[in-house]
Amino acid sequence: MCVWSGDGDEMADGGLERGVHMIETRGLRKSFRSRAGRETKTVEAVRGVDLDVSAGEIFGFLGPNGAGKTTTLRMLATLIEPDGGQATIAGADLLKDPGEVRRRIGYVAQGGSTWDESTAREELVLQARMYGIAKAEAQRRAARALEAFQLTEFADRKCKTYSGGQRRRVEIALGIIHEPKIVFLDEPTTGLDPQSRAHMWDEIRRLRTDGMTVFITTHYLDEADALCDRIAIMDHGEVVAEGTPTDLKREISGDVVQVGLDPVAAGEVAKLLDGEEYVNRLETLDEGGLRLFVDDGATAIPRILRRIDGAGLDLRSIELHRPSLDDVFLTKTGRSLRES
Amino acid sequence: MKLARDTWLIFQRQLHLLLRNPVWVFVGVFQPVMYLLLFAPLLKPALNASTQAEAYKIFVPGLLVLLAIFGGLFQGFGLIAELRAGVIERSRVTPVSRLALLLGRSLRDVVSLLAQAVIITLLALLFDLRVFIGDLLLAYLMLALIALMTSAVSYGVALKVKSEDALAPLMNTVAQPVLLLSGILLPLAFAPGWLQGVARWNPFSWAVDGTRALFNGDIGNDRVWQGLAIITVLAAAGVFWAARQFARSVR
Repeated sequence: MCVWSGDGDEMADGGLERGVHMIETRGLRKSFRSRAGRETKTVEAVRGVDLDVSAGEIFGFLGPNGAGKTTTLRMLATLIEPDGGQATIAGADLLKDPGEVRRRIGYVAQGGSTWDESTAREELVLQARMYGIAKAEAQRRAARALEAFQLTEFADRKCKTYSGGQRRRVEIALGIIHEPKIVFLDEPTTGLDPQSRAHMWDEIRRLRTDGMTVFITTHYLDEADALCDRIAIMDHGEVVAEGTPTDLKREISGDVVQVGLDPVAAGEVAKLLDGEEYVNRLETLDEGGLRLFVDDGATAIPRILRRIDGAGLDLRSIELHRPSLDDVFLTKTGRSLRES
Repeated sequence: MKLARDTWLIFQRQLHLLLRNPVWVFVGVFQPVMYLLLFAPLLKPALNASTQAEAYKIFVPGLLVLLAIFGGLFQGFGLIAELRAGVIERSRVTPVSRLALLLGRSLRDVVSLLAQAVIITLLALLFDLRVFIGDLLLAYLMLALIALMTSAVSYGVALKVKSEDALAPLMNTVAQPVLLLSGILLPLAFAPGWLQGVARWNPFSWAVDGTRALFNGDIGNDRVWQGLAIITVLAAAGVFWAARQFARSVR
């Protein structure tokens, strides 16, 4: 396994591990020309992306809309040609042999890919046959996929009659009908209700169990956290952080203890705690209370409580916040994913 | 081999979807029949033809060429719907032949045009139109090539503009002068000299003349091979260009 390190030089040394990388990109770039009125502007959508995705992992590509996630994904899926850089996907060279890359990957677009007037079975058979699979085998695979995705019941109904979740399942089935080594899923749960979303997470985990490498883009933090073995955070066309969700969270120091107090008491407690060695930083909240940045919440809380109690002050509430991926995002990009 | 297999695959799919929608089949036949029943009777006096059959000999080939041009040029709308549904992108991530993505669709359009043409010819027989089978088959070849070209061009343009709002006025702007300068509805023999001069630059005018000659049993007429040659070259160019649009990035 390739363990991510923040140090660029060590990444290059990861060459020993190359055999197990399903996706490996170096300096992948893409810019678009857009016309605004009379001026033509060049927008650098992706500015040099280096990624290493290991076999058998669910890799999450996280970032706000317009960060360059989809552009990167479309380059990896051979849909747009990179302006520069290199990429090897499932052992095939993206720039020199896109045809071979196509044979080895599956791709599920964000906006859907099924035709209203066709049935799921027809779509699956067609898709398999576009990969060069013979008719009888294509029909067998379609039946198997319908079964696996619990679609047999609707298999011969037109796609326009499906619910959002059913349709998304058909689309995932279309993406893997040829048993690719890697499947790219562009925002697979956008627009689904919470139940279908949970269902989809299970489906995606099942793909990994079946031995596939799964590359998803998402702008949901909880999704990246719950589903992905490793994530890369993209912002303004660049990867700003990469690692396991746990590592990334650990990297941005410690826990936050939020103490609810009335404003007068807050001032006094701030004075009491300011000198304590376990408090890294202290913020006074407008609505009353304090935010204390500590290394370890579990040991800090009893000590904080003792100080407040000792001073005879009234405590309204106390909460412990573990850092979330949003905090990671905030630290790396200077803004919250939720507000961007 | 792979091209033939992939083309057949796409063709089957497109034809299947077309036949599933009987409304389309009805509309496709209804319009030309209306021309045949409600417009053609005006032609005998207008063309100074000696018999009704004589008038049909002039009008029916023109009507068929008209159908081939318009039927083809407006196929792009269906492709824009497919683009929007993500079907084209889904095809483009597979190793399927790019030329087959175009040819499968265009051949479906050719087949549906020929079906229309056969129905119209049969109806015209009821109105005493008589044409030799060999000449007729050659005329159908001309129609097939026209439909192949116009539908390929329409698909190529659809992939470029990606919106119905742009495609409709564009196709109408192209189709109108092409129609008027081809002598489809009335032979250009009635036109003043300058208009005939301009029409010589319209490839469809050669195709219409050639098709009329075939319906007239005049297979030796130079316009027959000239029309076929011009349309063959244009159809090849149209297919080549449109297939490149399928191969290029669609964003």
